[in-house]
Amino acid sequence: MEGLTEKPLTGHLKPDGEALDISEYEGYGGYEGLRKALRMGHSEIQKEVKEANLRGRGGAGFNTGLKWSFVPMGKDAPRPKYLVANADEMEPGTFKDRFLLERNPHLIIEGMIIASFAIEAETAFVFLRWEYTLAAKRMRRAIAEAYERGYLGRNMLGSGFNLDLRVHVSAGRYICGEETALLNALEGRRAVPRSKPPFPQTSGLWGRPTVVNNVETLSNVPHIITGGAEWYRKLSRSGDGGTKLFGVSGRVKRPGLWELPMGTTAREILEEHAGGMADGFSFRCLIPGGASTEFICEEGLDVKMDFDSVQKAGSRLGTGTMIVLDHTVCPIAALHNLERFFAEESCGWCTPCREGLPWVARLLGAIEDGEGEPGDIETLREHTRSLWVGKTYCALAPGAMEPLKSGLAIFREDFERHIREKGCPSKRERG
Amino acid sequence: MLSEESKKELEAALGKYPNKRSAVMDALRIAQKGNGGHLTKEDMDEIASMLEMRQVEVNAAAAFYTMYNIEKPVGKYHIQVCRNISCSLLGAEHLIKHMERTLGISTGGTTPDKRFTLSTVECLGSCGTAPMMQINDDYYENLTETRIDELLKTLK
Repeated sequence: MEGLTEKPLTGHLKPDGEALDISEYEGYGGYEGLRKALRMGHSEIQKEVKEANLRGRGGAGFNTGLKWSFVPMGKDAPRPKYLVANADEMEPGTFKDRFLLERNPHLIIEGMIIASFAIEAETAFVFLRWEYTLAAKRMRRAIAEAYERGYLGRNMLGSGFNLDLRVHVSAGRYICGEETALLNALEGRRAVPRSKPPFPQTSGLWGRPTVVNNVETLSNVPHIITGGAEWYRKLSRSGDGGTKLFGVSGRVKRPGLWELPMGTTAREILEEHAGGMADGFSFRCLIPGGASTEFICEEGLDVKMDFDSVQKAGSRLGTGTMIVLDHTVCPIAALHNLERFFAEESCGWCTPCREGLPWVARLLGAIEDGEGEPGDIETLREHTRSLWVGKTYCALAPGAMEPLKSGLAIFREDFERHIREKGCPSKRERG
Repeated sequence: MLSEESKKELEAALGKYPNKRSAVMDALRIAQKGNGGHLTKEDMDEIASMLEMRQVEVNAAAAFYTMYNIEKPVGKYHIQVCRNISCSLLGAEHLIKHMERTLGISTGGTTPDKRFTLSTVECLGSCGTAPMMQINDDYYENLTETRIDELLKTLK
């Protein structure tokens, strides 16, 4: 079928860096998925997406079709219902959603329309970072084009379905990426997480059923409908369906983003696509999926990059954008950088996170500067327990503890030397 | 005071949401833009009355989100340098120090001629093209000291 490609997200992008406009997008089979979806039943769409095993690309990896299936349906369901595209990308090391927003806005819009139809939402929002100004411009233009062609608005393509799509520009703060904090932000409140249950699918925006999906997740939906669940699953080299936008940053030859089958190994991404380490730099370790995932070293590089495999290897796929540490990097400085970010971005709602993360960041800063005490390592380890899953209101602090927990084990010697020698040994050696 | 243009923009924003309160983030952004990059107490109070919110609620929203500059004017060019891990691995700290020296200000400061404000910010999603910074709305990627020097000269 026209437009079906091994690379559903990026297969037809323009080499000049511009966004595909609506005619170009339609030329590659764009909005065919929507036409097909409008002929399908809501539950049939949900089932197809569930069977495709599309898992949430924001990092949590929850089955998207299953997530939709918790929305109350039928004539007695509370209305209006809402769909939100989470475009609040801010996980350090992660730069994939901006790429899609800037280069393929219609794919996101089509995915949003199909998702809205599948859950009977009549209003959808793109929850966009303020700083993504180019994305905002291109997204707004694409939305206007979609309205002109009848893909949005009242009685879409004669189907009787109505949908309005609006852009909400947020105002900073990593916590807005957490879906319930995001809902508070959209309501004009402080972005602090809400307690669950009730889950957003039953009581979300303004108390109504709401689904929040990541931009990359939604971008997969049109092709699942066009090509079918079975075709989509086969794009993958593992149990998770489809492809993934993988990224690499750090001292590698060719940092960047590539759409590859789910389950591509970390080694292949690093060595073949990113070209290996830059000249003069050797590999020390990497964080596989944005700042809040555990380190993987040389012996773990053959891990398949999909949600289950990376978890089995003791880390998380997260956002699938890896950060590579080379041999010149002081791991304590790197951890300090990571934890300072999380401390800064704690929303302050629950005490362990608000108090614990700044403490962790201060301790790491002290150790980095040669002011560490022998008991500091144990204090840090204690924090990885007291800020772990279940001890805090949301996933921010446990996420922050993932690189720290594995870093304390992997870089044990670096920690001890920093404390014993009252400073950074590698800095001293380099002069 | 919000300008007529800002008020019109806010009216349009109100149509996006089922209640007025939800437009507060739009309102604050529109007011900040209309005011050359920062928010004043008067603007926030005016927003409170337009959106039928208490002043303290508007202040709380403005204070929580990092993009709002409350009573803190910024220069004509707001330089925002990413200091997160990927940029840091490629030397962001050196670039920040370089700009502090070149502009003669510390991070967080504004040059006496009000031309430049230098800030550090959290990840701007440009990690594959690190190190990077944003000046007002525009991204500048794959930075080096030389590129920064050339760039700063063009910003009058």
